[in-house]
Amino acid sequence: MSNDLEQLVQGAQADIAACADSRALETLRVELLGKKGRVTELLKQLGGMAPDARKAFGEQVNRAKEALSAALESRGDDLAKVALDARLASERVDVTLAGRGETIGGLHPITRTIKRIADIFGEMGFEVVEGPEIEDDFHNFGALNIPEAHPARAMQDTFYVLNGERLLRTHTSPVQIRTMQQRQPPIRIICPGRVYRVDSDRTHSPMFHQMEGLYVAEKVSVADLKYDLQIFLSRFFERDIEALFRPSYFPFVEPGADVHIRWQQPDGSSRWLEVLGCGVVHPKVLEAVGIDSEKYSGYAFGMGMERMAMLRYGVDDLRLFFNNDLRFLEQFR
Amino acid sequence: MKLSENWLREWVNPSVGIEQVAERLVMGGLELEIEPALAEHIDQVVVGLIVKAERHPQADRLQVCEVDAGQTAPLQIVCGAPNARVGIKVPCALVGATLPGGMAITEARLRGVDSFGMLCSAKELTLSDKSDGLLELDADAKVGQPIGTYLNLADNILNLEITPNRGDCLSVLGLARDVAALFGVPVKRPTQAQAVVEGHQQLKVEIESLDDCPSYAGRVISRLNPKARTPDWMRERLRRSGIRSIQAIVDITNYVMLELGQPMHAFDADKLAGNLKVRRAAAGERLQLLNEQSVVCEHRELLICDDKGPVALAGVMGGLGSAVHSGSTRVFFESACFAPTAVAGSGRRHKLFSDASYRFERGVDPGLQRQALERATQLVLQICGGETHPVTQAGRSQPEAVTIRLRRSRVSQVLGLEIPAKEIEASLSRLGIGLRAEVGDAWMARVPSHRYDLRIEADLIEEVGRLYGYDRIPARPYAAQLAPSRPQESVRPLIRVKEQLAARGWQEIISLAFVEPGLQQALDLQAPSIPLDNPIADNLSVMRTTLWAGLIPAWLYNRARQQDRLRLFEAGVCFRLDGETVVETSRLAGLFAGRALPEQWGSATRPADFHDLKAEVVALLGNAARDYRYVAESHPALHPGRSARVYRGTQACGWLGELHPQLVASLDLPEAPLLFELDWEAIRGVGVPRAAALSEFPSSRRDLAIVVAESVRAEQILDCVRAAGGELLTQALIFDIYRGKGLAEGDKSVALGLLFNDASRTLTLPEIDTATSAVTQALARELKAAIRQ
Repeated sequence: MSNDLEQLVQGAQADIAACADSRALETLRVELLGKKGRVTELLKQLGGMAPDARKAFGEQVNRAKEALSAALESRGDDLAKVALDARLASERVDVTLAGRGETIGGLHPITRTIKRIADIFGEMGFEVVEGPEIEDDFHNFGALNIPEAHPARAMQDTFYVLNGERLLRTHTSPVQIRTMQQRQPPIRIICPGRVYRVDSDRTHSPMFHQMEGLYVAEKVSVADLKYDLQIFLSRFFERDIEALFRPSYFPFVEPGADVHIRWQQPDGSSRWLEVLGCGVVHPKVLEAVGIDSEKYSGYAFGMGMERMAMLRYGVDDLRLFFNNDLRFLEQFR
Repeated sequence: MKLSENWLREWVNPSVGIEQVAERLVMGGLELEIEPALAEHIDQVVVGLIVKAERHPQADRLQVCEVDAGQTAPLQIVCGAPNARVGIKVPCALVGATLPGGMAITEARLRGVDSFGMLCSAKELTLSDKSDGLLELDADAKVGQPIGTYLNLADNILNLEITPNRGDCLSVLGLARDVAALFGVPVKRPTQAQAVVEGHQQLKVEIESLDDCPSYAGRVISRLNPKARTPDWMRERLRRSGIRSIQAIVDITNYVMLELGQPMHAFDADKLAGNLKVRRAAAGERLQLLNEQSVVCEHRELLICDDKGPVALAGVMGGLGSAVHSGSTRVFFESACFAPTAVAGSGRRHKLFSDASYRFERGVDPGLQRQALERATQLVLQICGGETHPVTQAGRSQPEAVTIRLRRSRVSQVLGLEIPAKEIEASLSRLGIGLRAEVGDAWMARVPSHRYDLRIEADLIEEVGRLYGYDRIPARPYAAQLAPSRPQESVRPLIRVKEQLAARGWQEIISLAFVEPGLQQALDLQAPSIPLDNPIADNLSVMRTTLWAGLIPAWLYNRARQQDRLRLFEAGVCFRLDGETVVETSRLAGLFAGRALPEQWGSATRPADFHDLKAEVVALLGNAARDYRYVAESHPALHPGRSARVYRGTQACGWLGELHPQLVASLDLPEAPLLFELDWEAIRGVGVPRAAALSEFPSSRRDLAIVVAESVRAEQILDCVRAAGGELLTQALIFDIYRGKGLAEGDKSVALGLLFNDASRTLTLPEIDTATSAVTQALARELKAAIRQ
């Protein structure tokens, strides 16, 4: 390589390394490799050379050109990286500062509980059915084998409207009556909803939520009831639940039972806790709705949604559900 | 009901501890708890006889007694009780005793006189909550005997809570029967001789209806000793059942009720005029009861009447006029069976709850009256002496026999397991149910009169299951017979919309469905609301016609707790009256108050307004939002200029807007919240999406600024733009509104964005220009819009 060329390359490389930004680098590139650049100019000398010398010189210039291109590109990359780093540094935000815009709301824990329970029963083939909250005596009591003057009426102190003509349903059981009046078995339903009783203290709210379950088909028995409820309880609490069925009484079932579960106390001991009532649908109830009680049998169960929510979420005061205090509700987001 | 364990064990005595008895009863369907007869052990307290009592030389209120407590010599004890007197036997705490509650008895010197022990009241031994003076014991109490032994205090109390169908268990006899059946041991019935009838006084008893009173037995006992004292053993048993001793006659009737389950009443026979009649009351008949309450009968209450009128509210409480008193010597004892339907109404209507009505409401064995009367007679003669007169028996002397057909196949089917015939027979016979085999694997079961709750086959199956043990019935994995439901995609489940609202920052609440009538009326002036007949409070006395009546109090509750930005929603039923018909409507409503956005850095704070709320409403309408229109109609509770009624086609679906400033003032609210309420049934349908083909060609946008009068609504502008834009116009939106400088008063400038597209080709500039100018011409023509360049 000629000395001139060598000097040019060395000088240019020093210039490239000294370039402080991409604009200066581009200017340098044009100055070296542009149409009128110093290296390009060298190639113009080729025309006047002897063929041998021309070939050798041509190769030398091309090599120099490649070297400089590579140097320019490499410097360009370096500069781009520096520039990007500088930009990124300048664009840094405080990631610990809160996000902007709307926050999230939430469902009421009772809604959440009803949904969970409905989902569990839904997978077991139960359909959700709802019914009116202002009922008549027949659907709330009569058809459920609770005649006038029955002590069970006193167990469920009733709100009346329209001078005693109608009442606020005291349980979700009227929905099973309405459903059975409209359909023939097989019937497999759950009926969540608000119910009302004249009662208000720390453990009673004049309005609360129940869920009724009903399964009427051929040869439905206590054994089916036990299995379905056992499955439900284990799914709801997400662990194996030890459940105890004790004989009990509800006018609309016979036999009837209370279901108690083994419940761990904060002190580590456990006790039996009543969680729901159930039984085999009373033949009189089937007869009242025109279902053949010889051909079909069924089971029914009912439970309080507040109670289930209290157990599940460790709520110890029923009134919290209806105060609508955001500090409470926001815990269920 | 409470009962003494010792008493129960006299009747039935399974060889297990009381805890096991209780557990078995609980598993047999009888809820009960066990508590000791006495909270603390009593030691060194014995029966003492006061042999001498003199006034304390230094204190008027004290006496210095000499007490024979079975020691070698009488003890000198200073006592302050007014009833301390020579000859009575009382509990005497010896020196060294510690009374319940921790009081230690030591030798003491009281106002200069030495005292070696303490004479005790019932309260001091925790046998009673209150007492007036020393606990006087029977004359035949054995001096020196520890009081615990004398009063049989090593006992437990069974506190029994029965379900309404098991009234038969409300006695020692009844509970003993169930224990016997559950443990397979016999009931030991104490022998009972019939009293010898000496006299011939007899009252006639007439029963108006056997449906009300199937059986009535009664008898007079005369020449009673009015001073007779209820013996300590009986007092103690009554006490353990929570019944206070009143006087011997009354105590005996209560005792028989506890023992056999037959409520009884004692009339002072000298106060009765003529004969008795059991009949329904005529309207307006009056009776003053034992507790001095006067009742006026308006509902055909069942009465016991003599020739002059009512003497008892049957099965509930006796009358004051004919009540036995401390001087009564001739008494008529009533042992009757009143039907639950005849008693339940009376008690509840007059808010009277007695041990008798509690039992009659649940049923009393219709075969028990005679036996109970004989038992009472025996006790009366034993305690009060007297002369017995013949029994009057009205109504049925024998209850009607009840037989039920029971099929073994049905037992298996209902319980879900095979129980051998022998086991079924054994179970039922332990309950006193006689079985006679029939053809076809069935029985005819004869039900004893005390199990009046057993009337159909299912009742017997429950008894079989109960004795077999529900815990022994295996759970059977289901092979459910199903009619699968038919979910509709076009109709949203409520939970999905709730979850959507929650995701957008709304918090769900649940409020009571009865609300404050004043607030309700203010919010929903014309709604024919439904008041409760029996509200629990004045501010919860009417069924809501609007969910706002619950949302506003919830907002204020939280606002009072420093929550000033709230987005609350509730879904629930509202109630109103349409003529005579109750109409229930499912609604979805929300309240938005405070800032448009949560308090935060970097965005300007401004209060939420109508359009913030509208965006939320539109979002919850889902896929069908474009089917809705918002019409400026006036709702009495909403700001007339900042509210709209929501229509889907011609169907009105609800309202949204700001609360009316006058209401804000009259309800004394801190600010005007934004509210919406939608009819859930009207908005839940969203249709099933139908996918349209997508254009592969680019869209072109043209922006326009027009000046129109303030009164021109966005809807008019967009309707006009869409109509004029033709098929090429795929989207039109308003992206800015400007008022003020450069515009005439009453004008506004509206910036419009128009998007043009065709599915089959790229549009040419002239095409877009033509379409745009069609829009501007239409706007100028129809809305007098000026185009700003």
